[in-house]
Amino acid sequence: MNSKTLYYILKRILLAILTVWVVITITFFVMRAVPGGPFMGEKAITAAAQAALEAKYGLDKPLMEQYFTYLKDVVTKFDFGPSLKQRGRMVIDIIGDGMKTSARLGVIAAFLALIVGVVLGAIAALRRNKFVDKVIMVVTTAFVSMPSFIIGSLLLVLFSIKLGLLPANGTTTKGLILPIITLALYPMAYITRLTRSSMLDVLGQDYIRTAKAKGVSPVKIIFGHALKNSLIPVITYFGPMLAYIVTGSLVVEQIFAVPGIGRAFVSSITNRDYPMIMGTTIVLACLIVIMNLVSDILYKVVDPRINLE
Amino acid sequence: MDTKLTMHVNMDDFLPATEEEKEYMVQMRPSSTFFKDGIKRLLKNHVATVSFIVIIAITLASIIVPMVWPYSYDNMLGVNPGKPVDASFNNLHPFEYGRTEQKKLDAGEAVFPHIFGTDAQGRDYFIRVVYGTRISLAVGFFASIIVLVIGMTLGSVAGYCGGKVDLIIMRIVDIIYSLPDMLMVILLASVLKLTLTPVIEGTALEKIGSNIISLFIVFGVLYWVSMSRLIRGQILSLREQEYVLAAQAAGARGGWIIRKHLLPNCISVVIISTALQIPNAIFTESFLSFLGLGVNAPMPSLGSLASDALNGISSYPYRLVIPAVVISLIVLSLNLFGDGLRDAFDPKLRT
Repeated sequence: MNSKTLYYILKRILLAILTVWVVITITFFVMRAVPGGPFMGEKAITAAAQAALEAKYGLDKPLMEQYFTYLKDVVTKFDFGPSLKQRGRMVIDIIGDGMKTSARLGVIAAFLALIVGVVLGAIAALRRNKFVDKVIMVVTTAFVSMPSFIIGSLLLVLFSIKLGLLPANGTTTKGLILPIITLALYPMAYITRLTRSSMLDVLGQDYIRTAKAKGVSPVKIIFGHALKNSLIPVITYFGPMLAYIVTGSLVVEQIFAVPGIGRAFVSSITNRDYPMIMGTTIVLACLIVIMNLVSDILYKVVDPRINLE
Repeated sequence: MDTKLTMHVNMDDFLPATEEEKEYMVQMRPSSTFFKDGIKRLLKNHVATVSFIVIIAITLASIIVPMVWPYSYDNMLGVNPGKPVDASFNNLHPFEYGRTEQKKLDAGEAVFPHIFGTDAQGRDYFIRVVYGTRISLAVGFFASIIVLVIGMTLGSVAGYCGGKVDLIIMRIVDIIYSLPDMLMVILLASVLKLTLTPVIEGTALEKIGSNIISLFIVFGVLYWVSMSRLIRGQILSLREQEYVLAAQAAGARGGWIIRKHLLPNCISVVIISTALQIPNAIFTESFLSFLGLGVNAPMPSLGSLASDALNGISSYPYRLVIPAVVISLIVLSLNLFGDGLRDAFDPKLRT
């Protein structure tokens, strides 16, 4: 690792921190711009009760002071305040609970997408312009064009309602199969296309020809030389894939009634549970920013020739 | 062979050519412009051509069909003024009829069929799908135009001015670029919806609905960045060209040079990325509608139709499948057409 790489990594980390700060700031001020303030329910309350509430949540203080208190609480204690609709529960606890289910869902979906995508992409590249390649390309093009809520709903209609094979409710382990497939299909299709094009690129390189000329076995060429090098561009997709899975989980958990963070987020939007919306946005945004950071740095470290500027 | 070994040249060989001979020598091809070349390449790409026809067909249908259809998208057929609500119109299956319609049919009168049945409120589902398609297409189109205008302005200013202006604009772009867009869209849409409703009340904008306006604002704020990056890159290389120097020497001002010399030269990039932006916008709109942040009821969009259909999914799965198919078809053909445009007009962009 040379000083240029280190400089790049440092710059990326600074940008990531800046991004997280911008997210927190935007979230805070956007929420304060809501008519009636973020801590007001729709029920009419007396002036005295309102004043007491405002004092309790520090809403009577100047805006900038509130902002710095919020920033401090979020950064030092992950404290997003109490939820408005689920009385007596802190936002961070609700997020933590939902995260357990969602993380399982997301991680399995990501691995499924990665493994199936790489295998299909490699097959398509090795069988270029053959029938298998064409089928894979048509199917992946279709999946890339379908919004996740459509894929999810169609799977629900097909497998739960028409065929009755899998439960429509995502509360059981068996019920998580359909949500996982729904989440995995788009990234899988994307990774397939990515692997295919980069594998085709690698297969045309001189060192592959050299290896063939030396008499290296085809299996060794494919796994030892071609596949290994064609996986490098896939690393860059880790960040966007996580972002997709996070936003995808919002609708997928809604469709299949999975008790995860995505469903909690969507219902907090409909319920106008502002502290919950703020907390979830910040946590999910941080997750995406960190994953983007990791995948960018990894990419640079794995292949230092790449100039990311 | 009759070869004359003489120093005398045959003067006939040096006569001026006749008109016919001249014409024979000149091999003229009709001059082709950059645009014509691109169209030719595009037409050779059958996938892109078919996609284009599909898009045009869907767009025309979504404009014309509501004009001639006997039902309207918000007309609850069971509700007639002065009469009790006739529930027999609700949740009709395709080609079924409500009670009063059935009577008319029995009497031998013609009743226009409900091709896709009706929804839970007794509204003709076919016209709702058509109208939803129109809304989705319009939202996608206008959102892309907004992105285009903002991205083009800021990108060209950053690229042409350089220096501090460029630095500031590009840092803003960097930050917006690294924001998780969907989360920000949801956040802004959910708040703008509340703030905008009282502001636009009574104005012409009220008809469009606060949700769609907030969607446009969100697009204008967040999605211009990739467009401006692209245009900045183009302008950076174009502004080093001699003709820009010549224009500057002739005393042309910055705005003039950007408009007359630089932007026309990156027009292909602009068109291609706008074309690819439209499906993206339709995607986002349907996603937001699905979460209940899209168009205001009773206006339908493809996303909100799919979302509403989830409630009765076990009895009426076709109500979900129909908008799902339409939306996938639109996005797929727009994507394929955009790819075709890119290959035809700017093969360098291919990734």
